[in-house]
Amino acid sequence: MKKSYIFGIIIIAAAIMMIVSTAGDASSYVSFKDAHDMALNGNNTKIHVVGELKKDNEGKVLGINTSQDKLSFTFIMVDENGKEQEVFYNEPMPADFTRSEQVVVIGSFKNESFVADKILMKCPSKYQEETVI
Amino acid sequence: MIHSTIGDFGHLFVIISFVASLISIFNFYKAETSQALDQKKSWLQNGRTSFIVHGIAVFGIVITLFTIIYNHYFEYFYAWSHSSTDLPTEYIISSFWEGQEGSFLLWLFWNVILGFIILATNKKWAPSVMMVFAIVQAFLASMILGVVIGDLKIGSSPFILLREAMDAPVFNLNPDYVPEDGTGLNPLLQNYWMVIHPPVLFLGYATTLIPFAYAIAGLWKKDVKGWVRPALPWALFSAAVLGLGILMGGYWAYETLNFGGYWNWDPVENASLVPWLVLIAGIHTMITYKKSETALKASIILVLSVFLMVLYATFMVRSGVLGESSVHSFTDLGLSGQLLLYLLFFLVISIVLCIVRWKHIPSTEKEVQTYSREFWIFMGATLLCLMAFQIIVPTSIPVYNSIIQSFGGISNLAPPVDQVEFYTKWQIWFAIGLAILSGTGQFFWWQKMERTKVKESLLYPILITLLLSAIVITTVRMTNIVYILVVISGIYTIVANGKILLSVLKSNYKLSGGAIAHIGIGMMLIGILFSSGYSSTVSLNNTGLLLTNSDEVEKDFNQTNLPLYINDPQNMGEYTLTYKGRFFESYEGGYVKASYLEDTKEPNTKIIKRSIQKTDETLEKGDTLNVYGENHYYKIDYLSVDGEKFSLFPRAQINPDMGGLIASPDIRRKWNKDLYVHVSSVPDPTQEIEWSDPKEMEVTFGEKFFLNDFVTVLEKVDRVDEVNGTQLAEGDLAVKAQIKIYGDGEDYILNPYYVIRESMAGRIPDENREIGVKVNIQSIHPESNSFTLSVRTTQKDYIIMKALDKPLINVLWIGTLVLMLGFSMAIFRRYSEFYKMRKKGME
Repeated sequence: MKKSYIFGIIIIAAAIMMIVSTAGDASSYVSFKDAHDMALNGNNTKIHVVGELKKDNEGKVLGINTSQDKLSFTFIMVDENGKEQEVFYNEPMPADFTRSEQVVVIGSFKNESFVADKILMKCPSKYQEETVI
Repeated sequence: MIHSTIGDFGHLFVIISFVASLISIFNFYKAETSQALDQKKSWLQNGRTSFIVHGIAVFGIVITLFTIIYNHYFEYFYAWSHSSTDLPTEYIISSFWEGQEGSFLLWLFWNVILGFIILATNKKWAPSVMMVFAIVQAFLASMILGVVIGDLKIGSSPFILLREAMDAPVFNLNPDYVPEDGTGLNPLLQNYWMVIHPPVLFLGYATTLIPFAYAIAGLWKKDVKGWVRPALPWALFSAAVLGLGILMGGYWAYETLNFGGYWNWDPVENASLVPWLVLIAGIHTMITYKKSETALKASIILVLSVFLMVLYATFMVRSGVLGESSVHSFTDLGLSGQLLLYLLFFLVISIVLCIVRWKHIPSTEKEVQTYSREFWIFMGATLLCLMAFQIIVPTSIPVYNSIIQSFGGISNLAPPVDQVEFYTKWQIWFAIGLAILSGTGQFFWWQKMERTKVKESLLYPILITLLLSAIVITTVRMTNIVYILVVISGIYTIVANGKILLSVLKSNYKLSGGAIAHIGIGMMLIGILFSSGYSSTVSLNNTGLLLTNSDEVEKDFNQTNLPLYINDPQNMGEYTLTYKGRFFESYEGGYVKASYLEDTKEPNTKIIKRSIQKTDETLEKGDTLNVYGENHYYKIDYLSVDGEKFSLFPRAQINPDMGGLIASPDIRRKWNKDLYVHVSSVPDPTQEIEWSDPKEMEVTFGEKFFLNDFVTVLEKVDRVDEVNGTQLAEGDLAVKAQIKIYGDGEDYILNPYYVIRESMAGRIPDENREIGVKVNIQSIHPESNSFTLSVRTTQKDYIIMKALDKPLINVLWIGTLVLMLGFSMAIFRRYSEFYKMRKKGME
């Protein structure tokens, strides 16, 4: 067999490995229920959950608890299926957190608490919020 | 008043530029395909003229749009949404390319300049290359055309009026309404790097078209070999400029964003890196081809792929497909169909031309020898392509989702959770491989290597490498085996190429570009390894404060943030830190404490509350001061164990565009490491303070009492004739109290007033946010010579900060400069080759 064939096979193998690794490491968007089931089954993969902060009728955010030293906080998030869940985040609360329209938390369940490694916030954008006058 | 004429001119220029580019395509096509020499000449002349008309029209668009922005014609949507009256000139320039339309324009502009250069410097290739140019220009001009035919929208014009873009009720009342101010440039982009980074990056993107156009021209003209020589200097130039543009973006991120680095594996960053990697691979195969007539097929495929990757990146960044997965993609303008067409057009052309001409492209049948230079170069190019492949596959996850969804499927694939870790685990091995290849490959390049000679020439570099690595590994006490491999391979590249450099310098310094560029790569590798791999969090929390929520999970975490209360020193590593308060930066430079300033309606104008002594001038009470009102700086004093003293001013920016408060670091630069500090959380300075319920206390002169845990003294109470600049009328009475609060390291004065006007008592409180105190004179008791104060308190000022060490980051920056030097020398050498051949009438 020619050396270049072996070389080609190695490259193709490497490329396949990369695709497999991407598929393996890719996260997914799930609901809290699915995430909880995953944790119960011993699957600790980190996932994305999309949802909103829990608010009362007047739009006031409910259920935020900041630790005494302000270095971490918990909040209640409602996912797209309407399930409420307490989320813990080990970083100081972002200043505009309560203003966010949509929240994506990335993390996993530990016992009954969802621990977020990262929070992405979608805030009302300038263009939508502002009119000319 | 609506300045409608200038916008009409703008529209006209856009249409002219689009039509002229179409005419150019036709002319250049005729010039290429005509057989008769005189016909060829006149078609080329036509093409030249039409392209020049196109170019002038593009300059016209640029000047028109800039005039609109510069003169603050806010009746235009582009000016209104990207600039404002208070922007300094340099940022007016950057607001030009903040929007999609402006950045397309930048691309058009560079292509015109490059097209002119091609027309001026090239003879034989001009018609076919310029035809490709004209096609690209037609596509780009169509993006800003802004024509709507029925439901079909072609392009988005930068010259639409605000009333056309927005459906606001005010335009029903007054169609000629012009807003007084624009919404401004995103404050994160108000940075000098954003003046220079986009034009450089777009010049990089634009220049990838030149090698592509030569390759297409070569395939089309059946001159499948000849295109390499003129394309090579441009490919090198493109790699240098694109590389520089990417690095400038990285440097901006390092200085402005707070993720603690220069590279975050964000989709937009990745999309710019992939074409660069492929371009570097292409340059290597082109150089091999020039030396030994091999790897022509690879060169063609790689050079074509580079531009296609640029188009793919353009599609990803601008079509809205990335959505929320990237912080810096553009807002969707509904151009995705057009962008897709642009990409597919060139993709199909490239594939068809390759298939048709494949048989005509020579390739060597003989087996590549392990000890040949071609083998090493080819390995390097392959590795670079694998790097690019590994990056593009996960970066495209949002694209897969939208493809599946467009066919009615459901896909919930999300990008990897920790992107940095995910990419690093692959790329670090590629980097090791590349470093070893580029060290060794250079020896094979310059010398004919035999099996026996290999040992001989590599012996010393390897010995020196091992010696240096041993020193580094033991001094840093490295334990991570992968990092050790990176250090060894990085040092090996520098040493091996250093040896090559010395021998090349002896013969002809002009040939030393390659060795220098590879040394730069080695330095960058080592800089990246140390600044990222050995970046450590300095701000470990040792305050001993317990967390309130006794959730079990919380105990597993290390606290990497440090809370700092005003004037309350904390220890952090070798430093003692004291938070000294919130500051503004004035227009003249220098920081002014926020509590000394009073807000006005204008965010950038403040009134001085008390006289401030600055080094060369005194700011008087009542004066106005212009500051950058969106930027809040938090002064932290550092005192190191060896007595070194300095202050850092990390920033938090009120930025509705980016979603609230955005922290930017301040960096203490030392030769061997950077101390990188940013705030993680601060009390929102725009939010109303929630004061406690008032508490009354009776005090006398000189008596010490506590306000919000601070020792406080009522120093004096004076009768005054005016209150805040207003003279009192006869019979009125006003007193001003002077209350001194002893903070730690700083004393504060509060001056509440008690006024009796027309027999009515009025009280003017004074407050200080830093110490969280608001005081009112409730009543005066002349009989006991005492006063009742009404005191409200709140949380005293604090910040939560994070500090990181970034060792040897300067090696990375120096390495990039060395790389650029290497590129420049190679460009010079390859261009002079082309120049000589052209003189002989060969090109």
